[in-house]
Amino acid sequence: MTQLSEAPPRTRAQISERTLRKDPWWRTPAVVAALLTIWVLYATVRVFTGHWYWVPAYHYLTPFYSPCVSGECVPGSSSLGQWIPALPPVIPYAFVSLPFVLGFRLSCYYYRGAYYKAFWRAPTACAVREPHASYSGETRLPLILHNLHRFFFYVVVLISILNTWDMVQAFRGKDGSFGIGLGSLIMLVNVVLLWGYTLSCHSCRHITGGRLKNFSSHPVRYWIWTKISRLNQRHMQLAWTTLGTLMLTDLYIMLVASGAFSDPRIFN
Amino acid sequence: MGYKAKFRVWRGDAGTGALQDYEVEVNEGEVVLDVLHRLQATQANDLALRWNCKAGKCGSCSMEINGRPRLGCMTRMSVFSPSETLTITPMRTFPVIRDLVTDVSFNYEKARQIPSFTPDASVKPGEFRMMQQDVNRSQEFRKCIECYLCQNTCHVIRDHAENEAAFAGPRFLMRVAELEMHPADTADRRDIAQEDFGLGYCNITKCCTEVCPEHIKITDNALIPMKERVAGRKYDPLVWLGSKISRRPKSEGTPVAVRPAAKDAT
Ligand code: SF4
Ligand code: SF4
Ligand code: FES
Ligand code: FES
Repeated sequence: MTQLSEAPPRTRAQISERTLRKDPWWRTPAVVAALLTIWVLYATVRVFTGHWYWVPAYHYLTPFYSPCVSGECVPGSSSLGQWIPALPPVIPYAFVSLPFVLGFRLSCYYYRGAYYKAFWRAPTACAVREPHASYSGETRLPLILHNLHRFFFYVVVLISILNTWDMVQAFRGKDGSFGIGLGSLIMLVNVVLLWGYTLSCHSCRHITGGRLKNFSSHPVRYWIWTKISRLNQRHMQLAWTTLGTLMLTDLYIMLVASGAFSDPRIFN
Repeated sequence: MGYKAKFRVWRGDAGTGALQDYEVEVNEGEVVLDVLHRLQATQANDLALRWNCKAGKCGSCSMEINGRPRLGCMTRMSVFSPSETLTITPMRTFPVIRDLVTDVSFNYEKARQIPSFTPDASVKPGEFRMMQQDVNRSQEFRKCIECYLCQNTCHVIRDHAENEAAFAGPRFLMRVAELEMHPADTADRRDIAQEDFGLGYCNITKCCTEVCPEHIKITDNALIPMKERVAGRKYDPLVWLGSKISRRPKSEGTPVAVRPAAKDAT
């Protein structure tokens, strides 16, 4: 009679629905999945095409083929010289830069979050139960390799310098002196936005100033950090617009190089 | 002005329960918590719910409204159409005590495990001087009202209760980041952030940020910077090379996570 009854062990609310959300939570991940798939398909086709990447008259080189360092590169397109003889077509011409550019985007904090939701469904949307039986996040191989993002950042800064060089070359007319065409302007916009994306990187934010404990004793780095932090708030937008401008730049150069479209010249 | 709203409220204890239907009067300008209070006063006197400030500042009234983790006192009825049925459930990640009241002691246990502020022992109290720019980052995190909506929403533990021992959750990884960014703190918590508090489980999907009623940029300003600090200690190729060349002493002062001997989750 006097015995106290044990309280039953507490458990989480047993609710069988995967989610009770009524808003269209599946929409954003579906759009992200569709856009990323389209982009990857386009880029894959393009890097293996092997032609229409260089407009000799105006020195337009698509970013997907820069740097072109092997023997099959058409004359003029190899700004860094040709280091090796022609390669079999299964190897993209820009094999030097593409792995780093790809690694940079794959390990980007924004894209990671986006594709974990869109493709891996971990989770598809917030407060929507994910379908996996277990979860270890980025604690193990291969996902722990995302910690190398900073290494890709270092290399991509060099690649951005190369893209800038390619863009400067594109401001030339047929006679080799200064000139501006629609293509030069497209390449300029692309390069400016690529720098925006690269410098707004979270690793960049960390390296330039975020790693400090004490801002007041490093005023210059603190100033840089505040600027990078402002840019960093736009990182997602820059991630998407640069996918767009990369594709547009490549498409434009492909059309001009193939003769399907002639580059309107603004000056020379 | 008023209308009758359809509410489905999860009722039950110790985990077992069900959604029950009610029709409750709603007046202009009310929030969900007001309507739940009217429900309690007029139809369901035994409805258990937690609240305190009705101003979005105490963090007591966390619940899930139409599947979205939110504060009941900060969710206006005017965002729903009068014909809509509102489904109200307790936070799903924590054990239910009764109805909408959950046992959030998981969070207190995690909070206690974090080694506290560790100033330089040679600096005496009253001698600390800090500039505003040094504390801006911590002050953002200090806006936290401990509502634990972020902890509740994070899929690492919400969908995988087995990770509870290994993962401290966004709120407490943010606490680690706050101390790491503190200009007068001397401890190095990078190793324990990764190994004891499970920073690597976070896959930066930003659901914590999405639900935070204080709009703290938890992922961008605390978790990613913390991941970067861990990468700097453990995975940076240039730092690694530099440490090989300069033979700088390894970072000192790594404290250990405070693990209560008894009653630890297994
Ligand atoms: S960003 Fe990380 S901590 Fe925040 S909800 Fe997502 S997995 Fe959890
Ligand atoms: S960080 Fe935001 S969501 Fe998390 S407990 Fe604090 S106030 Fe609530
Ligand atoms: S490029 Fe996106 S975080 Fe570095
Ligand atoms: S009652 Fe205090 S936050 Fe809602």
